[in-house]
Amino acid sequence: MSSGCGAPPQGGAVEVGSNEVVVSGKVRSDGAPVGGAFVRLLDASGEFTAEVVSSTEGDFRFYAAPGKWTVRVLYRNASGQADVVALGPGVHAVEVALN
Amino acid sequence: MSREDVLVSAAWSEENLTTPGVVFVEVDEDTTAYDGGHIPGAVKIDWKNELQDPVRRDFVDREGFEKLLSAKGIANDDTVILYGGNNNWFAAYAYWYFKLYGHDTVKLLDGGRKKWELDGRPLDKEQVERPATEYKAQEQNLAIRAFRDEVVDAIGNKNLVDVRSPDEFSGKLLAPAHLPQEQAQRAGHIPSAINVPWSKAANEDGTFKSNEELAEIYGEAGFDGSRKTIAYCRIGERSSHTWFALHELLGHEDVKNYDGSWTEYGSLVGVPVELGTGKEG
Repeated sequence: MSSGCGAPPQGGAVEVGSNEVVVSGKVRSDGAPVGGAFVRLLDASGEFTAEVVSSTEGDFRFYAAPGKWTVRVLYRNASGQADVVALGPGVHAVEVALN
Repeated sequence: MSREDVLVSAAWSEENLTTPGVVFVEVDEDTTAYDGGHIPGAVKIDWKNELQDPVRRDFVDREGFEKLLSAKGIANDDTVILYGGNNNWFAAYAYWYFKLYGHDTVKLLDGGRKKWELDGRPLDKEQVERPATEYKAQEQNLAIRAFRDEVVDAIGNKNLVDVRSPDEFSGKLLAPAHLPQEQAQRAGHIPSAINVPWSKAANEDGTFKSNEELAEIYGEAGFDGSRKTIAYCRIGERSSHTWFALHELLGHEDVKNYDGSWTEYGSLVGVPVELGTGKEG
């Protein structure tokens, strides 16, 4: 059991349990990965669910319940968001461009 | 108690980085962020390795807390400004923990590390050394800390505020969605608890919402101001954030944080557990 509630390191290989729904992806600005961005997972009603900080490679990962999600990203003087439909187990990829 | 007594802005903080008697402390479960750049002059406290007993599931004792703060160079009359990542969860936990051991002059940096970074304020990697002090702590103030029997007794008669996400509350998830879901305990929530996710109390940039907004959010969720209150989450740090909103910002008098939280309650034998939204009945 993880002792705390802080986010684990982002990026790298992911082992997905047979029933786990993983929403994972990258933050980019003009095509380049953005590390240190605040990545928020919002549910279908726009309600906050979780937040992580992107890795130096711009990677982020959430372990969600099945559903429709929005990934919203905040960075200094910039933001961006993208929708992802993750109805079943497995890794659901999404890229978010900052503007 | 007014907001200014418990909360400082990023702008105020930047102006007071070198003010004598003011000590900035970054608190997190994972201190990598601090090592990569921290508020100039801030010392760090490691939530896991310094605030938790290494063997038992409990806090470091009074002497341990005295030793820790003395080594960090924090004096009894210092004003401690706490901040951290994860929307200030661990900083809010440390705030509650400092209050538990009787340190009165402690405040949270509103928005924590996130607001500081989004504002583009300075961070540095300087090694911070403060001369050691002889810190004296008080006995734990158990008026703000709830234990399991008290929580079971509170079912149906105190406000039980479950501050986890709706999917954790209903039993769909066992941990917040940024964590793998491998926990052993049962899913669900304490019967009669209302679900007000901690995040409702915060703006997108991590700062707390206004008192008017907070009062409306808890009121709409069924929070009864005439009752005593216990807040919980999974391990007690998100609920520290809500404890701060209810007790320090809104001024509700009898509010306790249940640090055992769901990882303890969800593992107890023989206690009632409710599934679903809690509103079906």
